Amino acid sequence: MSDQEQPDKTRRNLLVATSVVGGAAAVGAAVPFVASMLPSERAKAAGAPIEVDISKLVPGELGIYDWRGNPVWVMKRTKQMLEDIKKDDALVVDPNSDVDHQPEYAKNEYRSRKPEVMVLVGVCTHLGCSPEKKAAGAAEMGGEWNGGFYCPCHGSKFDYAGRVYKGVPAPTNLIVPPYTYLSDSTILVGDDKKGA
Amino acid sequence: MASRLMALWQWFDARMPSVAQEYRKHLTEYYAPKNFNFWYFFGSLAMLVLVIQIVSGIFLTMNYKPDAALAFGSVEYIMRDVPGGWIIRYIHSTGASAFFVVVYLHMFRALLYGSYRQPRELIWIFGVLIYLCLMAEAFMGYLLPWGQMSYWGAQVIVNLFGTIPFIGPDLALWIRGDYVIADATLNRFFAFHVIAVPLVLLGLVVVHLLALHDVGSNNPDGIEIKKKKDASGKPLDGIPFHPYYTVKDIVGVVVFLAIFAIVMFFMPEMGGYFLEANNFIPANQLQTPAHIAPLWYFTPYYSMLRAVPPLFNSQFPGVLVMGLAVLILFGLPWLDRSPVKSIRYRGAYYKIALVVFVISFMVLAYLGTVPTNVWGQFGEWLGGVERATVVARIGTILYFLFFLLMPWYSRIDKTKPVPEWVTM
Repeated sequence: MSDQEQPDKTRRNLLVATSVVGGAAAVGAAVPFVASMLPSERAKAAGAPIEVDISKLVPGELGIYDWRGNPVWVMKRTKQMLEDIKKDDALVVDPNSDVDHQPEYAKNEYRSRKPEVMVLVGVCTHLGCSPEKKAAGAAEMGGEWNGGFYCPCHGSKFDYAGRVYKGVPAPTNLIVPPYTYLSDSTILVGDDKKGA
Repeated sequence: MASRLMALWQWFDARMPSVAQEYRKHLTEYYAPKNFNFWYFFGSLAMLVLVIQIVSGIFLTMNYKPDAALAFGSVEYIMRDVPGGWIIRYIHSTGASAFFVVVYLHMFRALLYGSYRQPRELIWIFGVLIYLCLMAEAFMGYLLPWGQMSYWGAQVIVNLFGTIPFIGPDLALWIRGDYVIADATLNRFFAFHVIAVPLVLLGLVVVHLLALHDVGSNNPDGIEIKKKKDASGKPLDGIPFHPYYTVKDIVGVVVFLAIFAIVMFFMPEMGGYFLEANNFIPANQLQTPAHIAPLWYFTPYYSMLRAVPPLFNSQFPGVLVMGLAVLILFGLPWLDRSPVKSIRYRGAYYKIALVVFVISFMVLAYLGTVPTNVWGQFGEWLGGVERATVVARIGTILYFLFFLLMPWYSRIDKTKPVPEWVTM
């Protein structure tokens, strides 16, 4: 374009308008593609509660059950374990469960409806691995260890109430799922409204 | 016969002269400095590995099933029942580690000779983007065999995105396409791994090379050969890439392939560093393996992630540190304020910084392969913290100091005079 020539305003406006509309169309066209990566209706539907029969669990044995693709832990805690949980109050970040990671009925010392029955989602609150049970005094745990769960991925530690230790990568206690007792030996995990 | 072929070529050339033009521009008339040394093998080797991965990958897709119920079995089927399947699979798995070996050495060359400096900033940026693409390829490819390490590795990495404040949980859900790592995740990672990311990768390789050929290659002396040209405009210190460096690179290719074959035939799992034992167990979403570590090329960043304690009830700081450790590479061309490019003419400060950086990187890489309690704990007077965690924290700090202090130490460093001509 020579110095004298001025751009034709009408043509320039037309070009800009076309580009803007074209750009908007491109963004609009991206919507179904982005949306297609969200969970499908089938994935959303697969979230039913599960029934767990605890009558066969030996005290101290960890039962692992599949709830929505996540491990749910159910364990009958021994008297010793309940005493050990009390000892951990000084070692854990949130001894009184102030962070909202449990239903209201589990906001207590043992984070459960009945002290002797533990129900937790066995997924580390750091980056989602499933910790493993380590008995009290396990040599590899070092320091003061009264038993609980150790996450193999990044070394987080939790006690038998799922409370996170100080100084580990996980920021919060393990999650207590909504659950209810259908009878003394059957727990419904995933729903806490009776008769659901 | 020869004249017939010549006639055919002339027919072709008359209709598409750009083929011959590009051939001259990028090969026979691309003048590279004549003093390339050992460190200059790794660019062409990276291209070779890219080709190996694409070819072996295409043949793997012919028998692989991207389905959570079938994936693990289909990989074992490839290993046991498909003729030649085992070697194709080992080529691909060994190739993945070889890619990172070659690329890490290629990047180290840039640190040695200042290849990222003006006017080659764009080449460096495209290169770091290639590195990011490779990480995505490696990560998503590792989910496909649907073994225990596949599953839990993906679980951790996708949850890294989930820690981003505000948008994190929704973003992680969108990446997974389900509430846990599931069939939907496997299927989409397959799509990304075999087509989406490779296309981006190829495009980046093209622009990496175009940018390189526009400004010309750096060299071990870090001086510009284009400053001294003959009457016809050829750099006097340059030699045509073809045949000089194509022949040199063939030597590198032969040595590389010999090492590659030894690994592939005799130690394809490399003691658990290239293929992890736990990945020969099918994915189990209810149980994490007792010892979990990423493949060796991710372990320095994994160490950083583990080393950073949570702040404000959030694990995001560790994720942020890990992300910044990669992103800070983009800033390198502007952090380096030295008047010279090559380590040959730099002073003690840069040399010490580089040695400390490499040692930190390797210590972090080692610590990422072992549990955090590997070296036991300090006594009560230090709060009983794990020794390895403390070392990883120091390593992380040193890694960042290499970059963050660079504007200072590279500027005040005592440099030697740079030669007029390249030295052999």
